[in-house]
This record gives sequence, C-alpha cells and structure tokens, in this order.
Amino acid sequence: MLLINCPYCGERDQSEFTNGGEAHVARPKDPDQVNDREWSEYVFVRANPKGIYYERWVHTHGCKKWFNAIRDTSTDEILKIYKIGETPPLIKRFKNTLRSPSGEPDVGSGNFTVKKP
Amino acid sequence: MKKKYSIFNIVKNAFSNNENWKKMWRNPEPRKFYDIVIVGGGGHGLGTAYYLAKEHGLKNIAVVEKGWLGGGNTGRNTTIIRSNYLWDESAHLYEHSLKLWENLSTELNYNVMFSQRGVLNLAHNEHDIKEIKRRVSANKLNGIDSYWADTKQIKKLVPIMNTENCRYPVLGASYQPRAGTARHDAVAWGYAMRADELGVDIIQNCEVKKIRTKNGKVYGIETTKGIIRAKRVGVVASGHTTVLAETAGIKLPLQSKPLQALVSEPIKPVINTVVMSNAVHAYVSQSDKGELVIGAGTDGYNSFTQRGGYNTIEDTLRAIIELYPIFGKMKMLRQWGGIVDICPDASPIISKCEIEGLYFNCGWGTGGFKATPGSANLFAHTIAKDKPHSINAPFNLERFVSGRLVDEHGAAAVAH
Repeated sequence: MLLINCPYCGERDQSEFTNGGEAHVARPKDPDQVNDREWSEYVFVRANPKGIYYERWVHTHGCKKWFNAIRDTSTDEILKIYKIGETPPLIKRFKNTLRSPSGEPDVGSGNFTVKKP
Repeated sequence: MKKKYSIFNIVKNAFSNNENWKKMWRNPEPRKFYDIVIVGGGGHGLGTAYYLAKEHGLKNIAVVEKGWLGGGNTGRNTTIIRSNYLWDESAHLYEHSLKLWENLSTELNYNVMFSQRGVLNLAHNEHDIKEIKRRVSANKLNGIDSYWADTKQIKKLVPIMNTENCRYPVLGASYQPRAGTARHDAVAWGYAMRADELGVDIIQNCEVKKIRTKNGKVYGIETTKGIIRAKRVGVVASGHTTVLAETAGIKLPLQSKPLQALVSEPIKPVINTVVMSNAVHAYVSQSDKGELVIGAGTDGYNSFTQRGGYNTIEDTLRAIIELYPIFGKMKMLRQWGGIVDICPDASPIISKCEIEGLYFNCGWGTGGFKATPGSANLFAHTIAKDKPHSINAPFNLERFVSGRLVDEHGAAAVAH
C-alpha cells in the first residue's frame, strides 16, 4: 500500500485516494481536423510504461483536490508529487536499485525495460 | 514417443519408486530460425503452439518464456471457468472455450482437473436483478446454460451463505451449472507436454528484449539467448504486452494493473460451487485441497510489481465475511498478485496488427484463464491462416478506431 503525500493535506494512506490515470494528456486542439485514428489514440491509448510514469491522483476522502505524481511502476516508488498546472518536472536522478522488485529471479524479471530518463 | 498416462503406467512406475518417469518436455537451445515464435509460455501461449502443430500441421515452432512455464498469470489466477457473458461476441468466444475445456483432459491425456461445479453470480439490489436477468436471457439465446436462481435455491446450493442479515442482502443469482474450475498448472503442463511431442521447442529462461521489424514486416526477436529469426511472431505476454509492443513501435490500448488473490488454510468441504458477487466485489471457491480461493478486483493504479495493496484485500475479505460469517475466524495462508493487461472495453484483443507477421493475443485483463483453450485455438487459427476466425474477428485492434467495442465492463459481472 502506498503512502501518498497530498500537496494540500500531507502524507495519507493510499486508500484515501483515487488514481486518475496518465497525466498531461492533451485534448486535440482542433477536433474537426482530427481523423478517427487520432481520436482513437486520444480516447483509448494511454502510456503504460514499466518505469517512470506521470500520473494523476485525487484525494477523494480528503480535500478532494487533484494533483500529479511521478511514480516508478516497476517498484511503485513515488518519486515526485506536484500540483496541477505546474510544469511536469524532469526526473534527473532516478535510482532503481531493486533488480527484481517482486522477488522474481534476475532472468525473467523484465526489468531491462524499466524506462529511465 | 507419445507419453501416455494410464493406471498400468502408475503401477509400473510405483515399482521403481517413481524415479523413471520420462521428462514431460525437452529443454532445447533455441535454433537460429523458426517459422513461428510464440512469446509467452503460459497457458495461452503453449496452447497456441499446440494447436498450431496439431490442427494446422505446422512445424518449426518455438515458445519463448522469460521465466518458467505457467509462472505468470496462468499460475496466479483463481481458476474460475464460465461463459455467461452478455454480448454475442463474448458469449461465442467464451462458450467456444468452455466446450474445449469439457474435452481437454481427454484431448491432452493429462488430467487438468476440470470440475464443472457451477458458478453463481449474486444480485444484491433491484438493479442487479434486472441486469442479471437480462444476461440470463441473453445467454439462453446464445445456447448457454444459464438460469435465474432465487434466494431459496441459492440457500440450497450454498447453505453457509448469509442472505438476509447483511447490508447487501442476496436477492437472487444467475447460475451456470457447466461452469467451474480447473487446475491451472496442469493446463500449462498438459499443453507443454503435447506441444513438445509435436516438435515444438519450448525455451524457458529466455527473455525477449525486442521485437525486430524490417520494412513493415517482422524479422525476429532479440532475446537473452541471442537473436532468433522468425517469419511470424505471436505475442501472448499479458501484463508485459505493451512493453514488448513498444519495441516494435506499436501502441496498444492496454493498462497493466495488479490483480490480487489469496487462499486460506485448508478446511473440510463447505462450498461446492463458485460464488461471485459483482456488487460487493468478492468471489470464492474451494480448492480440492480444501483451501478457500478468494479473489477480487484490481488495484486502482498501473503497476508492474506483482504485489498490490492491503486495502484491496481488506475490501475483499470484508465482503467475504459479510456473506459467509462462518469464515470470520479463518486464517489466510498466502496472498499474491499478477499483472493483468486491461482493455478499455474489458474485452480481449486477438488480432493482426499493422506489421506483417506480428500478432497479438492480449487484453484478457482479469479473466483470461477461463478462455485459455479457446483463446489458444483461435490465436493459432489467426496465425496459421493470417486472418482471424469468425469468432475472434470482432476482437481486433481496429475496433478502437471504428468504435465497435465489445463492452463487457459491468455486464460480465466484473470479477472474471
């Protein structure tokens, strides 16, 4: 279970929050000019990286405010939390020393795919 | 030589202390070139290789697995099998699978312990009743054995259930008698053994790092055991499908989430059917060992750690105890998570893609196990003929562009 540092309320248990999926997905600026395939990408296709992931959370059972987080999906470590509207910070140093976060053997861990900046 | 299991075999091997059983499959080094490579050695992948060799007579096939056979979601599910889905497309797909399940032990000459003990999907409110009755009717139109059971009938099937004195009383259920459970490891092993017999190379501990393409055609795969060239590549990698697809430059509409399950200490038989509940979100069955096998929904965030959070377990057990107060003091022995790939419409993808010779079988989300034989059978057809079978044609990648989704979110009774 994650401990999430709400930028408005401080550290709270994950069960108070709801995940809002990928952050910074921009709606097409000129919808009339967008074809079906591009619409499909906007509506259905979201990033699903193993590694650095920019995502949204909402403090459902608290201040009810939305905010963004950067999480390493291979370890679930939350690397950074920032407010809506702020420019997404670039993660410069990103340690992923856990070779097999879920206790898998090295071979077969799939961790070569962990996305680092 | 065909390895047959029979009573004589068991007696014969008993005399030699069971030390002379033959290995179930070879452990070959990968060749440089295969006609078809299947990425992912779970039930779906091994089954695909088996049907490719058996039904389509193809040779020179390999299955590449990063860990050990059936060590991913095949070995992590709660083994429930049913086909009472709402929409025609899904009903046909899962019923095709259920029919194959019914004959699987005979076909493989390997006991997959398929037990048709029935599945109940509970209704807890007026809306549930309407939704479930609608689904029962839809099932009947598709020739699936599905019935509406009232509280009295449920009580008769599952006497330990608390139907009245709880926050969400049980008002009825859909019942599919042909549904049930099977032993998940045996499915992977059975398919592996028979595929191996038909000449399929099963390569374990061989992780695919990249899918190589050339001029819009698939060229082969890069693995931890070197480059393997292939004319056709079928990807059946569940949670890691998007990661692999990305190496070929393909974006899939999938999200990977942890799905947890847990088992209790073994007890005497108390529940001889599978009971699922959509509204309170928990499902339970009892294994042949006597353990309660309990599952629930996914954790609500993307992750590749095969863990998940305790709050999900707490929610699940809360519902279980409310429905079965008798389980209140039981101890849970093990808990684990698997990474499932979920499609926006909660239906799978068995499809070709824009790259020639590259096929995907993914998006099974929380309900892939029940579909193992059907999915494998149809995926083999899709790869062998380079076009989908009529049953899996609706489950193509194009549906996200055309908008012809097969929305099984609520109607499938969330817990798969």
